[in-house]
Amino acid sequence: MGNKGLSSITKKLIMAITGGAMVFFLLFHASMNLVAIIKPEGYNKICEFLGANWYALVATVGLAALMVVHLVYAFILSLQNYRARGKQRYAVVEKQEGVSWASKNMLVIGMIVLVGLVVHLINFWAKMQLPEVLHKLGFEVNKAVLDNATNGVHYIVNTFSCWWYSVIYLVWLFFLWLHLDHGIASVMQSIGWSNHVWQKRIECIGKIFAILIVLMFASVVIYYWLIVPPVA
Amino acid sequence: MKLTLKIWRQKNNLDKGKFVTYNVDNIPEEASFLEMLDILNESLVVKGEDPVTFDHDCREGICGACGLYINGHPHGKFKNTTTCQLHMRKFKDGDTITIEPWRSEAFPIIKDLMVDRSALDRLIQSGGYISVRTGGVPDANSIPVNKHDADLSMDAASCIGCGACVATCKNGSAMLFVSAKFSQLALLPQGQVEAYERVQKMVKRMDELGFGNCSNTYACMAECPKGISVTNIARMNRQFLAAKIAEPLKK
Repeated sequence: MGNKGLSSITKKLIMAITGGAMVFFLLFHASMNLVAIIKPEGYNKICEFLGANWYALVATVGLAALMVVHLVYAFILSLQNYRARGKQRYAVVEKQEGVSWASKNMLVIGMIVLVGLVVHLINFWAKMQLPEVLHKLGFEVNKAVLDNATNGVHYIVNTFSCWWYSVIYLVWLFFLWLHLDHGIASVMQSIGWSNHVWQKRIECIGKIFAILIVLMFASVVIYYWLIVPPVA
Repeated sequence: MKLTLKIWRQKNNLDKGKFVTYNVDNIPEEASFLEMLDILNESLVVKGEDPVTFDHDCREGICGACGLYINGHPHGKFKNTTTCQLHMRKFKDGDTITIEPWRSEAFPIIKDLMVDRSALDRLIQSGGYISVRTGGVPDANSIPVNKHDADLSMDAASCIGCGACVATCKNGSAMLFVSAKFSQLALLPQGQVEAYERVQKMVKRMDELGFGNCSNTYACMAECPKGISVTNIARMNRQFLAAKIAEPLKK
């Protein structure tokens, strides 16, 4: 028996810091996407800027590391928590007042977000930054793919002119919202930046940020799905 | 009142245990939940059956001895109420009530509805005290404590250590209990001297005892019969991290 490894609070801190860092990334990514609505050429310029350059690569590797650490500790914590709950379960379970469904199902929601992320990486990253990197490393890359590698708008149009892809993305964003709805305020609680005055306020701010981030992403999907005429 | 009770019966920690259904009649509305169980037990004794074992002591909501999982909630579903202060008038005639013990790896079942909560005592032993003599009641304002801190400390100190937070937490985490016991001292000058040492010792023991990790669902606060706030957990997180950096305990 016993909760092994790092102390429980340290493990939570790791979840908070990795999760919080990814929230900052999402904020950046969502702001960048808005450029695709305002000025598509500008968006492609950003794609060029974030190609196979050393700074973009460092950031990508850093992000991947954050993701892996967040994931590994999510499993470690969930397993320990499942064991701590004991072998016998309650016959009657009722919802506790004010406890969100999302907060109790973060692992499952996180897994769904992860599946969506894999689809998203195949759709965009694998056609944009990856071929550029492979090309620089001396691998042979299809010329048409390489020529289009910085043409982000092309891939946006391609993906979201397909209605079911847009729907998949919106469903994915819904789960991302559930994850952030609990996650952002939770970061502050785990780090300890909360008190009896700020606790409710932080929760409110967290919820607003979650909605804001997801709406920024969703607006691009909806804009290129319903407003921009499909281009072959 | 006529009630159908589904009660968890388990001979000892090794027994598998099962629900047994009892029908009780003539329960007065003014009876407390524990008195209702007393009435059931009297009838069981008369019939020569084994009475239902459950924890209870002061029966006025301040000792933390009672604790039953009633219809899916620790101490029943009513806010800021211990089981002994839950009255039968809150139920309807003909209701079916399911009564379970606290279920958590750290709280092994002793018998029926009685669980071993000594893990909470061991948590206090690990540092939930002040190890110097602080004397008797000091003269007023001889040690200045501002009202704000005194109030927060008193709020934390109202924890009765019943274990409802652990029982309702999906992770079996004792963070609300530990943070309340830590905060009541950390907020006052007498407790601040050993605060860094205390928080590290208590968290270490909490992990050793097999409690889970807090995942900020705040179910503990929702079900706590004394309304202890999760901001105590934030305070403990903060001071634990500060302690780890400023004064880490030697291994």
